[in-house]
Amino acid sequence: MERLIEMIPVFGQSLQETVIMVGFSLFIATLIGIPLGILLVITQVNHLFPNKIIYHTLNTIINIVRSLPFIILMVAIIPFTELIVGTSIGIEGAIVPLIVYTSPYISRLMETALHDVDRGVIEAYQAMGASRTQIIFRIMLREARPGIVLCLTIATIGLIGATAMAGAVGAGGLGDLALRYGYQQWDIEVMIITVVILVVLVQLIQSLGNWAARKLKKSA
Amino acid sequence: MIQLTDIHKSYQVGNKQVEALKGVSLQVEKGQIYGVIGFSGAGKSTLLRTINLLEKPTSGSVIVNGQNMLTLKEKELRQARKKIGIIFQHFNLLSSYNVFDNVAEILRMNRVPKDVIKRKVEDLLGLVGLSDKANAYPSQLSGGQKQRVGIARALATDPEILLCDEATSALDPQTTESILELLLDINRKFNLTIVLITHEMQVIKKICDQVAIMENGVVIEQGSVLDVFSNPQEQTTRNFIKTVFDDQVPQEILSKIKETGPVSKIVRVAFRGDAALDPVLGTLSARFPISTNLLYGSITTIKGTALGILLLHISGEDQAIQDGIRFLRESVYRVDIVSPEEVRS
Repeated sequence: MERLIEMIPVFGQSLQETVIMVGFSLFIATLIGIPLGILLVITQVNHLFPNKIIYHTLNTIINIVRSLPFIILMVAIIPFTELIVGTSIGIEGAIVPLIVYTSPYISRLMETALHDVDRGVIEAYQAMGASRTQIIFRIMLREARPGIVLCLTIATIGLIGATAMAGAVGAGGLGDLALRYGYQQWDIEVMIITVVILVVLVQLIQSLGNWAARKLKKSA
Repeated sequence: MIQLTDIHKSYQVGNKQVEALKGVSLQVEKGQIYGVIGFSGAGKSTLLRTINLLEKPTSGSVIVNGQNMLTLKEKELRQARKKIGIIFQHFNLLSSYNVFDNVAEILRMNRVPKDVIKRKVEDLLGLVGLSDKANAYPSQLSGGQKQRVGIARALATDPEILLCDEATSALDPQTTESILELLLDINRKFNLTIVLITHEMQVIKKICDQVAIMENGVVIEQGSVLDVFSNPQEQTTRNFIKTVFDDQVPQEILSKIKETGPVSKIVRVAFRGDAALDPVLGTLSARFPISTNLLYGSITTIKGTALGILLLHISGEDQAIQDGIRFLRESVYRVDIVSPEEVRS
């Protein structure tokens, strides 16, 4: 027990690293993923900007990236990571693959969220003479807000899982902690506490996301 | 106001070509309420959507308000669409906006000043009877209330035409009635031209001036509602009218009457409005040596005008019957000989 109290700063440090990695890569991945998700929807046949080439290219790239497990993706893109941040280890080294991993994930989830916007509503505003940009930004994105929040919630949770693997490149974080103490030194206590922290974190994020989505839905 | 000429529309479904519209023409005058009725799949929804080019016809011309819609550039088309409001069967409201914002959003998109929007939306909500619901969300409204929001939204851009795409089909009869009243009201108030499609003859009967009956992508019959109701030409039209009043003579009676030969006839008499009060039948029996038997009688209101339909079985001397029918033709709106079958030219 005493030993565990001594380790509180270690847990704190790891949690902080996880939060930094998740937060930063989520932010960038959202900036990339949301526009790609929009593009994925509006370039489809019979949508606002039908364009087969853009749609199929995007669709294929996303599928390829999405089919790689994170640990493999991380290794596979080491040259790219080094090109961008100058290193392939540590937090910086982990954030690049985390972004590459999460952006297509977010764009797929965005696609689903935007697809849930009633086609009839879009048609109604087309019929009223709204421009296509107005329809994307003022109708689709707004109507899809609950879905977008849930999509980002799922992406965040996925990211937490991926950061655990980022421990493999010495990025730190809770996953790294579990790996070093729990797996390599067979320290059951540290392992259990790490698991508990992760479970609580994921629960919190999911509840927060659900709450926000419900708030946005405003359904009686 | 609206002139559709020889509209064709075909879709590619898989590797099959489906023809939704096969050369439809119709003309709607300003201030008219024009109804298009047909079963589902008849092509009426596609037809309605060609007016604002939500559906682009494969061939044909669409002229709205003197403007050839098919030659407009995207920006001009958007401008033209602002003058054509539309309401839908499933309302298509924004679920994340309250009632006020649902009506206001299109005005904001059009960069209307804030204070103007506020006044306008309040007026419109007053018009549709939802002033107290401005802050409610669509999910908190009944179907009828949602359609009222839809109507207010459609009127926000001051359109000259309102398209109604099965606007009452998802509503119960009573709510339908009140929505139709509202449409009639705004038609009169703003001299708004309304084109509606429906599969309910009640809707046509209640508010339309003109009607077109569609089947398999073509208009099979069109004319003033009163004319079509008093003398339908096509079987499909008769079937629709039957849903409002059923004046079919049972087959047994028809064949019995047929046996009696030329000494008797079944006559369908349609009379309008005040003619209902004239003692036509009394005069008929008194002036001509014929006997008149009433087989069926019904009176209904078509957009405020009474339309009565009688089926008379007249028997007597041939000449007397002819004279009697001539007298009827002079006195009432329409007389058609049902049996023996009249040869139509």
